[in-house]
Amino acid sequence: MPTDSLPFIFLNACLINNFVLSTFLGICPFLGVSGKLQTASRMGLAVMFVMLVASTCAYGINFVLVAFEVEYLRLICYIAVIASAVQLVEMLMKKYSPALFRSLGIYLPLITTNCAILGLALFQTFREYDFLQCLAYALGAGAGFSLALIIMAGLREKLELADMPSLARGAAVSLMLAGVLSLAFMGFAGLGG
Amino acid sequence: MKENTDTFLKGLWRENPVFVMLLGMCPVLAVSNSVINALAMGLATTFVLIGSSTLVSLLSRFIPKQVRIATYIVIIATFVTVVDYLIQAISLDLYRALGAFIQLIVVNCMILGRAEAFASKNPLGKSLLDALGMGAGFTLALLCLGSVRELLGNGSLLGVAIFGAGFQPWPIMILPPGGFFVLGGWLLLFAWLQERRTARRPEGGLAHAD
Repeated sequence: MPTDSLPFIFLNACLINNFVLSTFLGICPFLGVSGKLQTASRMGLAVMFVMLVASTCAYGINFVLVAFEVEYLRLICYIAVIASAVQLVEMLMKKYSPALFRSLGIYLPLITTNCAILGLALFQTFREYDFLQCLAYALGAGAGFSLALIIMAGLREKLELADMPSLARGAAVSLMLAGVLSLAFMGFAGLGG
Repeated sequence: MKENTDTFLKGLWRENPVFVMLLGMCPVLAVSNSVINALAMGLATTFVLIGSSTLVSLLSRFIPKQVRIATYIVIIATFVTVVDYLIQAISLDLYRALGAFIQLIVVNCMILGRAEAFASKNPLGKSLLDALGMGAGFTLALLCLGSVRELLGNGSLLGVAIFGAGFQPWPIMILPPGGFFVLGGWLLLFAWLQERRTARRPEGGLAHAD
């Protein structure tokens, strides 16, 4: 499969170079919102949506920045776009699903400072993807993020019932768990060929 | 004076951004595969932290409350752009090794957190001390991870081989899973120390992790 074909880009972002487990983007929500399965899956959806919006906008903005030769403003413009996209999602969610809005709590506005999203916008610029490739990349990254979050949440729900020394409860064991998951995802490296 | 040293020291240990508050984990895990990368990342983040804390502290009276977060982010992004070009000018190799993570300092929640929670409410001197302390704490944490990972994964420190030729490196430590394991290990260690201190039982018979 050629490396710039759409399915490859999708698989690459989703499994081979999973955003959370192998490029370390979006660790904060990954550790913070993975306590419950339901919250995790919805958070995944919200992030995926913001990623799609941000990726589309970043593509357009980069076009303008290059045309005016002001690439050094890229970072500032991207972060402004992401902040607005998050605000949009927040308003929509508050209107249509107040329960979800409450359960995500502080992590919703914090999507703005989720490095996965800015990372996505930056990577697609570095790699000079065209518009469709950007969309495939954003979808893959979002799916990968959701996947990691959901697996983690499932594991942690089981872990609640396990008998663990009090010392290891909380962040330490979550990190160890993430390490094991990351080890598992390394197996996908073979897909890249 | 006592209070000033306290403002500085709390970032190093008691409120260490990485080990205690668990902020800014992404760069900590991603670029700590060698000591030199860890050090560069720590210094770059400290620079941005000091710059943004200074500006936020000076301007906080003039920033309208409703748009303060957006303003902080723009201030931070400006300093990150400066650091980005600076590192590119100093060492292209380092720039390639750190990759997008220099630009991703913008979304390091620690920096925004300090701007919102400390710099906007305190005078310049105190904010500077706080930024220095937090930056030093962040760098210390990065070095803690970086040295363990480079030592085990490569058998070297700062590129100098430590163990003899007979040492079999553990490549897993340099790969992504190693980052998670080492950070988890440090957190366990600190939790254990904490527990031992609160229990006031130096022999610590109950405190074994496994």
